[in-house]
Amino acid sequence: MQPDAAARGRRLAGVLRAALPALAFALLLGTIFAQQPRAMSYLGLNLLLNLALPVVLATMAQMLVITLGDLDLSIGAFVSLVTCIGGTVLPSQPVLGVALLLAGIGGYAATGALIGARTLPAIVVTLGLSFVWLGLAVILLPTPGGLAPGWLSGLMRTRTPVMPLALWASIGVALVVHLALMRSAYGTVVRGMGGNPRAVARAGWSLLRLRVAVYALAGVFGVLSGLALLGLTTSGDANLAGRYTLLSIAAVILGGGEFTGGRVSPSGAVLGALTLTLAASLLTFLNIPPDWQIGVQGGILIAVLGLRAVIERIGRAEALA
Amino acid sequence: MTAVGRGGLVGRLAARPWAYSYIAAALTWVATVALNGGAGGGALIGAALAFSAFAVLAALGQMLVITLGPGNVDLSIPSTIALSSALSMLVMNEQATMILPGLLAAVGAGMAVGLFNVALIRLLRIPPIIATLSAGLVVLSVAISFGRGLKIKPPPAFADFAAARLLGVPALALVAVAAMVIAAVVLDRTVTGRAVAAIGQNARAAGFAGIPVERVRMAVYAASAGLAGLTGALLAGFSGGNSLDQGEEYLLLTIAVVVIGGTDVGGGRASVAGVGGAALFMFLLVAMLNTAGAGPGPRMLLTGLIIIAVIATAGEARA
Repeated sequence: MQPDAAARGRRLAGVLRAALPALAFALLLGTIFAQQPRAMSYLGLNLLLNLALPVVLATMAQMLVITLGDLDLSIGAFVSLVTCIGGTVLPSQPVLGVALLLAGIGGYAATGALIGARTLPAIVVTLGLSFVWLGLAVILLPTPGGLAPGWLSGLMRTRTPVMPLALWASIGVALVVHLALMRSAYGTVVRGMGGNPRAVARAGWSLLRLRVAVYALAGVFGVLSGLALLGLTTSGDANLAGRYTLLSIAAVILGGGEFTGGRVSPSGAVLGALTLTLAASLLTFLNIPPDWQIGVQGGILIAVLGLRAVIERIGRAEALA
Repeated sequence: MTAVGRGGLVGRLAARPWAYSYIAAALTWVATVALNGGAGGGALIGAALAFSAFAVLAALGQMLVITLGPGNVDLSIPSTIALSSALSMLVMNEQATMILPGLLAAVGAGMAVGLFNVALIRLLRIPPIIATLSAGLVVLSVAISFGRGLKIKPPPAFADFAAARLLGVPALALVAVAAMVIAAVVLDRTVTGRAVAAIGQNARAAGFAGIPVERVRMAVYAASAGLAGLTGALLAGFSGGNSLDQGEEYLLLTIAVVVIGGTDVGGGRASVAGVGGAALFMFLLVAMLNTAGAGPGPRMLLTGLIIIAVIATAGEARA
């Protein structure tokens, strides 16, 4: 009897835990719809979630790094830099623009190599890196400006059937990353490196090469995030995405991820990013004064994570019963 | 002292990771004075000592938190500084008699934020990074809502103290040095202080050894936020009043100062002496780049590259 009950408790807690990001998202959306029924439309959803896609992509970049047990404090500055490159060089000199974006991805890979080769603390190296990205962005574009390439803003304005582009793209991103990280052999090795690097090394994998690959991939998602953001805002700004750094970390944790052990959930993280985007829109909908908006965002974060703690406690109590 | 006998200069340096930060600060000072044609060295030291004092006070708290072990970091420091600088000006209300109550209110408000952080971490089991981040957001809202448009000057006596010099040394630097000495004594000579390092090395083992892990953690987070509160009040006194973005730069600055100072990012080993050197280094670095005529872009780029270079070389030497 006892093992049965324990297993049931663990399973219940696991299911609730996995469903929590979706529940939080549904709850916020429901509140907005109740407050403003007209938001329950294609146009309304588009307004609410317009800025979600770049946040989702930045969250994926952050999640990859967190999978290894590292933390990327530079992603916000990197996304801003990409908007600056995309708004200035990319339209006039496409080849140079693409080369610069690739160099940015190379910078991420080199950072991964440096952290791995010298076993440096990622949090400090990426802290320094954030100044590098920001400095480059300011050199490139001292004041906000530039103009996104026409194809990019056109792409971001695409009218998709049934649901806005931001939702379709988020589902697509979640699916692709889920398959790559949770279902593929290589993804399993990457998660294993977050859980037990020594075991992965003993199995014959080069930890250095894995870290470089994961950081490069994070750079790719950073570039995609910056391009998506630029397509939406149509002009670049060195400080456009500064808050993405902390937002992306919060989204990963909100989605059920953990800082250690390679425990992450791509679909949860995407829902976390959508929830946080929605939380910002909700506050405008509820006419909460701007002074209190950031505070309420913090409160929502605390509430959802507090709920998770309650669920886990129920799961444990159930397991003990 | 025995270390002097063993090994040469390299060996002695390796045993004192904090020394790097002072060497780096000294080199940066020499470079700045050289760039300036050999003039203004004394004034530069004075300015560096005064401005670094704020970074030292806030970073000492961050150092205690980081020493608690992996995942421990206080991201609420900037909001706490914004809140306490506004609160201290409000309580002092330009009256000399209210200086002490104002300081106490700032430190008290900070400690309250710290206890809120601990409550989130412990009761809701939220990872410290996210807990202090969300607490920081809430605190910032509070600070904005009652600090906006606040135009209270510090009492003249308080402003004078913040700008005062004893034998040419800024009074604030003496406060910072006193705080460093207290921190070093507490960490090295008291049971609670030793417990902080023990928890950072292995929290479970520390628990089994009978250390009240949760109580020590609570004290550390309260101390960190309390120091941020003191920093906020002193910043308001130094800069002629509070402003809401006063704490902004202290998020990244405190982490950078702690790590460059030689504290182990993985926890378990604090480096109090290094905090002073690293704070001086970070100030002098900006001064050097300014003197060299670097614009904001190149300045940030070089700051970032130098931080990475310092970590890369120091990290290797320590390993």
